[in-house]
Amino acid sequence: MSDSDKKKPNRRDFILTATTAAGAVGVGAAVWPLVDQMNPDASVKALASTEVDISSVQPGQSITVIWRGKPVFIKRRTQDEIDSARAVDLSELKHPEKDEDRAKNPEWLVMLGVCTHLGCVPLTDKGDYNAWFCPCHGSHYDTSGRIRKGPAPTNMEVPKYEFVNSNTIKIG
Amino acid sequence: MSDQEYTPKSKVGKWFNDRLPLLTLANHLTDYPTPKNLNYWWTFGGILTFCLITQIITGIILGMHYVAHADLAFQSVEHIMRNVNYGWLIRYVHANGASMFFLAVYIHIFRSLYYGSYKSPREVIWIIGMLIYFLMMATAFMGYVLPWGQMSFWGATVITNLFSAIPLIGDSITTWLWGGYSVDNPTLTRFFSLHYLFPFLILGLVVLHIWALHVPGNNNPIGIDIKKPSKDTVPFHPYIVIKDLFALLIFLIIFAFFVFFSPNILGHADNYIEANPLVTPAHIVPEWYLLPFYAILRSVPDKLLGVIAMFAAIFVLVILPWLDTSKVRSTVFRPVYKQFYWFLVADVLILGYVGAMPAEGLYLLIARVATAYYFAHFLIILPFLGMKEKTTPLPLSITEPVLGGSADMAMARNNTDFKEKL
Repeated sequence: MSDSDKKKPNRRDFILTATTAAGAVGVGAAVWPLVDQMNPDASVKALASTEVDISSVQPGQSITVIWRGKPVFIKRRTQDEIDSARAVDLSELKHPEKDEDRAKNPEWLVMLGVCTHLGCVPLTDKGDYNAWFCPCHGSHYDTSGRIRKGPAPTNMEVPKYEFVNSNTIKIG
Repeated sequence: MSDQEYTPKSKVGKWFNDRLPLLTLANHLTDYPTPKNLNYWWTFGGILTFCLITQIITGIILGMHYVAHADLAFQSVEHIMRNVNYGWLIRYVHANGASMFFLAVYIHIFRSLYYGSYKSPREVIWIIGMLIYFLMMATAFMGYVLPWGQMSFWGATVITNLFSAIPLIGDSITTWLWGGYSVDNPTLTRFFSLHYLFPFLILGLVVLHIWALHVPGNNNPIGIDIKKPSKDTVPFHPYIVIKDLFALLIFLIIFAFFVFFSPNILGHADNYIEANPLVTPAHIVPEWYLLPFYAILRSVPDKLLGVIAMFAAIFVLVILPWLDTSKVRSTVFRPVYKQFYWFLVADVLILGYVGAMPAEGLYLLIARVATAYYFAHFLIILPFLGMKEKTTPLPLSITEPVLGGSADMAMARNNTDFKEKL
């Protein structure tokens, strides 16, 4: 190809570019369903909320329920545990969050029982803060479920939930 | 390569070969000139081919009885163990076969490292080999998930969560991999599908690996270029075939020992407990062949950096041909590198050991030092050593050290032009 050909795109170049572009869009459109089929399907999404009866949970006790295939910790905290969670200075925290924002009703802490490091289920009433400890890679959480020590990057996640009545929590 | 024209003797053979030259290929493979000094470390290519075929055959059979469903998988594996005729044997061969496969591949890789088989002109063979190794790890990981025991489930959880370390899109990627919000039935079924597919991809790469090998021909223990065919070579068949078969026999004795006398010693007892998404086992440990990488992952206190370090540990091997600046292939002639080679072997073994131990206290410290040394070996020691090291003189041919060099050869060796070429 000589220099003059390169400088001046002709009609054939236009057709080639347009065909390639149309082909790329077509291939993309055809491939997308093959990729998207791996995302959560309708039956998985249908399990998006669950209701839990908490009337039998005693102070200091913690129950674990399943929501979207993941464990959710529902902990009825004692006054000591609430006090120790609220007394913490935010500057000490790796992922600063106020306990007031994590537990709207201070007695009840609801959070995903999934370590934010690599997804193991932490053990309850264990670790340096006598709250949660992940046995896999040694992350310690406090009585608000906040990461205090170890490799996990963030606090345990608080899902969307609401009190349907004083005995029932709806998660999701 | 033996490039002389090959003509089948029979008329039918000639007719067929003219249309599809399979007989020419077979002739090439039998006559393929091989260095006559190949030692037993060179028999692992054949052993690995055997391992791959064994895994594919036993895997296809297990697939006839296994049910890929979160509610049924665990029971179906027990069904294979108890009810299916010889099911116990086929499953133990498959499960231990994976370990034997990795044992052989590690020996094969360290053979390459010792004799410089990754160096020019064999870089592409090496890179394809590393792709095979990576696919092997992915296949083994997904296969370990299929019995749906506690280690299956939590191993899958931990490994897929590695992707959540990616900034911004990490969570979407893990959800996409899972097909849900946690490891569950959709994860199991796709892992089964891919676990069935990947060995055939590996098989395709093995063909390319051997093809790429047959272009320059085998490296050899003294690592010099040889003329092919010549008095330095022997035909692949029968010389190498018999040697490979003998080595395979020894390998099979070890294989059979595991299968028949301690079939579960390389596994974890926790995997005989059905998967429970609410309880994480006290110690999650991957299979032994992934432990060095697991140790590297855990030695970095930051989640994202840990994941990057782990993948970098594999990637650094891919670019090895360009990190090692020494032109001399075989460690036999590199006295200083020889010591560093054995340090690396020890380092990887130490990483494997601490990977199995809890990540705390002294173990964590050792893991960090060993991780730092692993990267230092490839990124600092190899590039500088290649430029500084004084290597010992290379022989001119394989036969020379045995038959004694002629006066011509001794002169040639002292010739400075020739030295530079080396």
